[in-house]
Amino acid sequence: MDINYLTAHKLKERLIKKEISCTEITESIYSRIESVEEKLNSYIRLEKKNALKKAAEVDRIISSGGDIADFTGIPLAIKDNICTRGVTTTCASKILENYTPIYNATVIEKLEKQNFILTGKANMDEFAMGSSNENSHFGPVRNPWDTSRVPGGSSGGPAACVAAGEAICSLGSDTGGSIRQPASLCGIVGFKPTYGMVSRYGLVAFASSLDQIGPLTRDVEDCAALLNIICGHDENDSTSIKAEVPDYKKYLGKDIKNIKVGVPRELMVEGIDREVKEAVDRALKLVEEMGGSVEEVSLPSLEHALSVYYIIAPSEASSNLSRFDGVRYGYRNLEQKTLRKMYRRSRAEGFGNEVKRRIMIGTYCLSAGYYDAYYEKAQRVRTLIINDFKKAFGKYDVLISPTSPTTAFKIGERIEDPLTMYLSDICTIPVNLAGLPAISIPAGLSSEGLPIGVQIIGNILREDNVLKAAYSLEKAVGFTSRPELQN
Amino acid sequence: MKDKFESVIGLETHVELYTNTKMFCGCRLSFGQEKNTYTCPVCLGHPGSLPVTNRKAVEYAIKIALSLNCKIQKYTIFHRKNYFYPDMPKNYQISQYDLPLGTGGYLDVDMGDYVRRVRITRVHMEEDTGKLVHTGETGRISESEASIVDFNRAGTPLIEVVTEPDIRSPEEAKEYMVNLRNLILFLDVSDCSMEEGSLRCDANISVRKAGADKIGTKTEIKNLNSFKFLQKGLEYEVKRQIKILEGGGKVIQQTRHYDSQTETTKPLRSKEEAHDYRYFPEPDLVPMYMEDKAVEEIKKTIPELPSAKIKRFEKQYNLSGYDSSFLAGSRDLADYFEKCCKCYPNPKNVANWIMGDFSALLNKDKTAISDSKVTPEDLCSMLKLIDKEKISSKIAKSVFEEMFDTGKDPDSIIEDRGLEQISDEGMLESIIEEVLKNNPGPVEQYRQGKKKSISFLIGKVMAETKGKANPRMVNEIITSKLS
Repeated sequence: MDINYLTAHKLKERLIKKEISCTEITESIYSRIESVEEKLNSYIRLEKKNALKKAAEVDRIISSGGDIADFTGIPLAIKDNICTRGVTTTCASKILENYTPIYNATVIEKLEKQNFILTGKANMDEFAMGSSNENSHFGPVRNPWDTSRVPGGSSGGPAACVAAGEAICSLGSDTGGSIRQPASLCGIVGFKPTYGMVSRYGLVAFASSLDQIGPLTRDVEDCAALLNIICGHDENDSTSIKAEVPDYKKYLGKDIKNIKVGVPRELMVEGIDREVKEAVDRALKLVEEMGGSVEEVSLPSLEHALSVYYIIAPSEASSNLSRFDGVRYGYRNLEQKTLRKMYRRSRAEGFGNEVKRRIMIGTYCLSAGYYDAYYEKAQRVRTLIINDFKKAFGKYDVLISPTSPTTAFKIGERIEDPLTMYLSDICTIPVNLAGLPAISIPAGLSSEGLPIGVQIIGNILREDNVLKAAYSLEKAVGFTSRPELQN
Repeated sequence: MKDKFESVIGLETHVELYTNTKMFCGCRLSFGQEKNTYTCPVCLGHPGSLPVTNRKAVEYAIKIALSLNCKIQKYTIFHRKNYFYPDMPKNYQISQYDLPLGTGGYLDVDMGDYVRRVRITRVHMEEDTGKLVHTGETGRISESEASIVDFNRAGTPLIEVVTEPDIRSPEEAKEYMVNLRNLILFLDVSDCSMEEGSLRCDANISVRKAGADKIGTKTEIKNLNSFKFLQKGLEYEVKRQIKILEGGGKVIQQTRHYDSQTETTKPLRSKEEAHDYRYFPEPDLVPMYMEDKAVEEIKKTIPELPSAKIKRFEKQYNLSGYDSSFLAGSRDLADYFEKCCKCYPNPKNVANWIMGDFSALLNKDKTAISDSKVTPEDLCSMLKLIDKEKISSKIAKSVFEEMFDTGKDPDSIIEDRGLEQISDEGMLESIIEEVLKNNPGPVEQYRQGKKKSISFLIGKVMAETKGKANPRMVNEIITSKLS
């Protein structure tokens, strides 16, 4: 098997047995990148030189008896909205095209302690706004399963590079489905932890009350291992939870004989692809075969989730993105003679259309006279959604739904139609509004050979239930396909 | 006859707290350091950085709110106030909006013949902005080529104290500020320097016919950054508004800037501007729940405040109302006074010296008593020397001046300058006999009943001893010799 297609835990075994070196792993990743990157555009920036240097250093550490932790010497791609000291962090925006952070995000500090290898900064929708990765200043990412199709978004780069063997794992961010939806469309595993489990310090904010960093991996075991590292309280993030971080790997392989699964009627939406529905039904059947119970359940408030999200997220974004003004860093139009004109031109030229659209929506929703009708009301409906989930988790251990109502769509198909595009996240958005943990795992391929994902949602801080169910289902589904991307 | 007008004034005061670190990051507060050296990703508003609330700043703010008799909200949150300006790193200020830390307080302002109770609407917490520095000699934006932003101040903890429109004259406004500043100085949470901008004040002001219920159209006056400017600016604005109303005109609601050179106010912006700050709850911070117990603990750390101290001084030291207010009105003076009273038994004497010669010298030098070279111990030693008749009160004045200038203790000054009072009876007698012998005229006049002549003779003795003779003894000896 190709080295670059192994999982982190398999590579760790080989490193321990000295069957392979970090340099070999890293080289195999870059040789893959060099052959497919032109087709995929998964990366905004590659860090080959530093990565190989680091790999050699890790090899020396290992050969002198140093510890091999789960991600020691493992090449990871990092979404380009996570700050990496000394390495540009652009958020796929012209406005931050040349921005180099002076500090590391907390998650990067944690990975650094394990001596991971940073392959590069992965492409994304500008400021994580989008579901197709078409909104990137650096061009769209293409789906490795069919390069005429989108990889999903906004973590399209992190998903595509893992699916295509251009990285072993990656970190993305998920505000309304931005990890799970591209994971689903690219046939890999993507996890959004409970809000507050992973520090947001160093994640360039899109919508502060919804954003969460999470792993994109090839299997559930790597996912649990990566969660072990990135989760935990951080005093630099006031919204981070002071909860014990269990060893997530210990939940893998536990049977799910008595697991109670609810299937939210509102997430098996109209407009869902027949094949997607069939794949989810097959997965539910497998759960039953393993001894779990499956029931349909109604969470009536979920029908408002999309509306609520498209008020709250843009509102927060309109404020979060106001710091990009050309004054201290980032793009500045140098031709303007007045402050106001400099602000206007820098922002008009620095931001793309989708970002501008959301800044305008958010600014409107927060304006005097509209705040009560939009932002305030949306927050109240958000509480109803939270309560509906609470009620459901009184009865069920996990909820299962499709991750995305459709498989990967064609590039350009929805870009002119924002409302249809927004529907791509209809199954994932409610989870962010309620701050819940959820995973997307592959559930099979469509007749066109495109991956289908199934979403497993847990109650607050019940990552354990999600991982248990995901691991068992992953084994039962036995998804082993790989994109036939020509080398 | 013209109608009488009264002014209706409300004040918004910003106070920089002197915590060790900034409001939402670990940077230390700066005082005139090189530009942009006291900064970090958080206070520079770098992408991905997040605020963390400084607990000490919250504690200080609670102290101020409690001292202003406010109710501390059990549940309080931060809001974002959104507007673009280059001194704002994030283009929003983390502030408080509809759930401020403290509400419903008051401050009693003693106006001499009456007390004005000024109600406090709210006390809230926020972060300070950076500073714009305009290049060029004048520092004026209109004459500069470029503006530089210094973010050292960005993120400094601020509290804002907002009053109800309860103030009725520019003088009351000034007194309110004096009282507020004093109160905060007592709490030791800010240096309240109006010159350095750690205490800043804006005023809302309108006028109306005396006795009217309705409040007139107000203007907001900015740049009232000294007690003098506050009073002058408001006085000008009152006159301006009255003139408009008397002329049958209407006051326009606007923001005006006080110009201390011309002592007038001018509209700050020509266009009518209605800012929409788009306040919404700060999603990067969690709500704060103020436990009663924690607030009680903070309350215990609040020192005795001016009003209570004045009452205590009157009682404990048997001082007049005037003396108590003078001494207890400032924390520095009060502390100094009480230190002296610990090592010297006559408080009235201490009070007289502090309020008299000492204050005169301090005023002349523009020094605070806490910065003076004279220690309370030295002042007490000097008072004891007077009591023991080692020096006269007159000599003491000159000794004290030297103490004030050099910080030397009184004993060494007296010794160095040979100022010790002559209280040796034998020595005094021989000097006096000499004086009497040389001045037979006045001696004769005295004996004939012209008692005033004794002053001349005493004067001669003092001149002879360069002022060092013990005046009481001289008086006694001459009187007995002449009788």
